[in-house]
Amino acid sequence: MAPSQTLSRQERELLNRYQRDFPLQPRPYAAIAEALGMREDDVLTLLAGLRDRGVLGRVGAAVRPNSAGASTLAALAVPATQLHAVAGQVSAMAAVNHNYAREHEYNLWFVLTAANDAELDRTLADIKAATGLSPIKLPLEAEYHIDLGFPL
Amino acid sequence: MKPPDDIDRRIIVATQAGLPLVPEPYRALADELGLAVEDVMARMQAMLDGGLIRRIGAVPNHYALGYRANGMTVWDVPDDAIAELGKMVGALDFVSHCYHRPRHLPHWPYNLFAMVHGRDRDEVSEKTAHIAELMGVKERGHQILYSQRILKKTGMRFTA
Repeated sequence: MAPSQTLSRQERELLNRYQRDFPLQPRPYAAIAEALGMREDDVLTLLAGLRDRGVLGRVGAAVRPNSAGASTLAALAVPATQLHAVAGQVSAMAAVNHNYAREHEYNLWFVLTAANDAELDRTLADIKAATGLSPIKLPLEAEYHIDLGFPL
Repeated sequence: MKPPDDIDRRIIVATQAGLPLVPEPYRALADELGLAVEDVMARMQAMLDGGLIRRIGAVPNHYALGYRANGMTVWDVPDDAIAELGKMVGALDFVSHCYHRPRHLPHWPYNLFAMVHGRDRDEVSEKTAHIAELMGVKERGHQILYSQRILKKTGMRFTA
């Protein structure tokens, strides 16, 4: 396991402050630099360093779920001896964009996205046909968290 | 909310891959998409205002920062209390997602999902106990499903 990265004060401030409200203006890094009392070059260098160390995934947009098309969480209870094979079958499907092994009777958890709900159901039926196991479909009914980013 | 058109979708896909670390990232994005930078910024602002884009920002990799454990906590709570409890749990700073999802009885009695992050499993377990305490008698049962490994993780795609 790679050791965890530690952050300098400046890096922590930058990451905590700009998980949201990244400036939507022509020179966003210059605006950040001004707010933090830095230079634009230094902000860019610092972010590139964080990215190269694997600490920064990206600077980008987080989109509301189901805003374009349909998606659902689904789970399968897979016998332990078949987990590897079934996980491979599920991951191979284009509609699957997250697939996690978790410790529970329902041990394979995945997110499906498709153009619409009927297509989601077809994919779930395909999974059942391919694996002989019945997925439970757990679509989002309401969302409660206030997505402010994550304090570091 | 106005549904996104094709150009909006292309912008979202491009920004989800990440804005480039150059002085004028929106211009770089616009050039890549063959659009005017003013158009890209105006559309992104409209999508932010409309709620389709929830936020624009730095997306840290929690795992690299030492948040090695994540537990998907699942809760069985009365339907008439779920909105109140969901909002309370969703406001906790160690919870990154909090959703109401359907039960599948008899196998799956849980209707509230909250993703809890910590440096290790002990920390996740302590935080989960804290949630249980906050819920008090309304909670009828819960479990923590720890992730063993990530088998596939790709960015969001649009197929619509």
